[in-house]
Amino acid sequence: MSVQAAVEKLKEKFGSSVLEVKEFRGETTVTVKKEDIVAICTFLKQEQGFNFLTDLCGVDYLGKAPRFMVVYNLYNIVAKERLRLKVPVEESDPRVDTVSVVWGTANWHERECWDLMGISFNGHPDLRRILMPADWQGHPLRKDYPVQGPGREPYQGRLS
Amino acid sequence: MGVENTLGNNVITTSLDKLVNWSRSRSLWPMTFGLACCAIEMMATGAARFDLDRFGIIFRASPRQSDCIVIAGTVTKKMLPVIKTVYEQMPEPKYVIAMGACACSGGIFDTYSVVQGIDEALPVDVYIPGCPPRPEGLLYGIIKLQEKIMRERNSFGAAIGVGEVISEA
Repeated sequence: MSVQAAVEKLKEKFGSSVLEVKEFRGETTVTVKKEDIVAICTFLKQEQGFNFLTDLCGVDYLGKAPRFMVVYNLYNIVAKERLRLKVPVEESDPRVDTVSVVWGTANWHERECWDLMGISFNGHPDLRRILMPADWQGHPLRKDYPVQGPGREPYQGRLS
Repeated sequence: MGVENTLGNNVITTSLDKLVNWSRSRSLWPMTFGLACCAIEMMATGAARFDLDRFGIIFRASPRQSDCIVIAGTVTKKMLPVIKTVYEQMPEPKYVIAMGACACSGGIFDTYSVVQGIDEALPVDVYIPGCPPRPEGLLYGIIKLQEKIMRERNSFGAAIGVGEVISEA
């Protein structure tokens, strides 16, 4: 079964949640509403064979609305097929339901996403910082975070 | 007759400072502690081609047996408490070598997560520039540290409670 067939099945079942289907250079990207992400992921894993979550990450489109996207890169190990899911997230309510109940590996990926992007995950079993020190303030991979950290004068170029 | 007893039962006179400084500087035992790519150069310096052993430098796997720490690499803010703990566990007298651009100043990592030079946290004795420094550079820095130790005055006396360390003008 091809990725296209899986996308068709997805549209059939979750027609109202699928916002956009895009194909670019052989990669399929499906944008869905965040309310149904757990149901969609469960469906894709159990009935379409996407048994491996390669990566889960956040993207900051500063200046656009919605500001954030959470990206799920799925892989079907048996059929060797890939599918990308994207979920738009508003800046005013940066929360998505956790998919760590579907793929266990999402646990640490979501922690990283929360640590660096500030997108929190509802129902996550252990949402702590994973890369930054535990007492860190802010989320450094956001585009409006100063590169040299808060409280430092930004680099002005060479003085000589 | 066997081996001749050329020197006999003799006495050598020297100053206590010279004896203590000589023994300290010729048996620097650094902590085995690497942080980034500089640690690879540090290992190369310790290995057969450059051979730190000929300086009496033997890497120790415990801070309690070390009297020198080579900060070899980028110090992140998350790693800093670990380095501080290791440094505090080392017995006196202890010396710090900042190896490479990152340990000296943060180097190219002028970012939120990197400490801009280990001298923000530890008292550094020798700074070695380079990215990373060649083993020759590290050797030169270590020789400079040995020279610095040789210039210490009454550090042994101060350690046993006789007087203070005399600092050079």
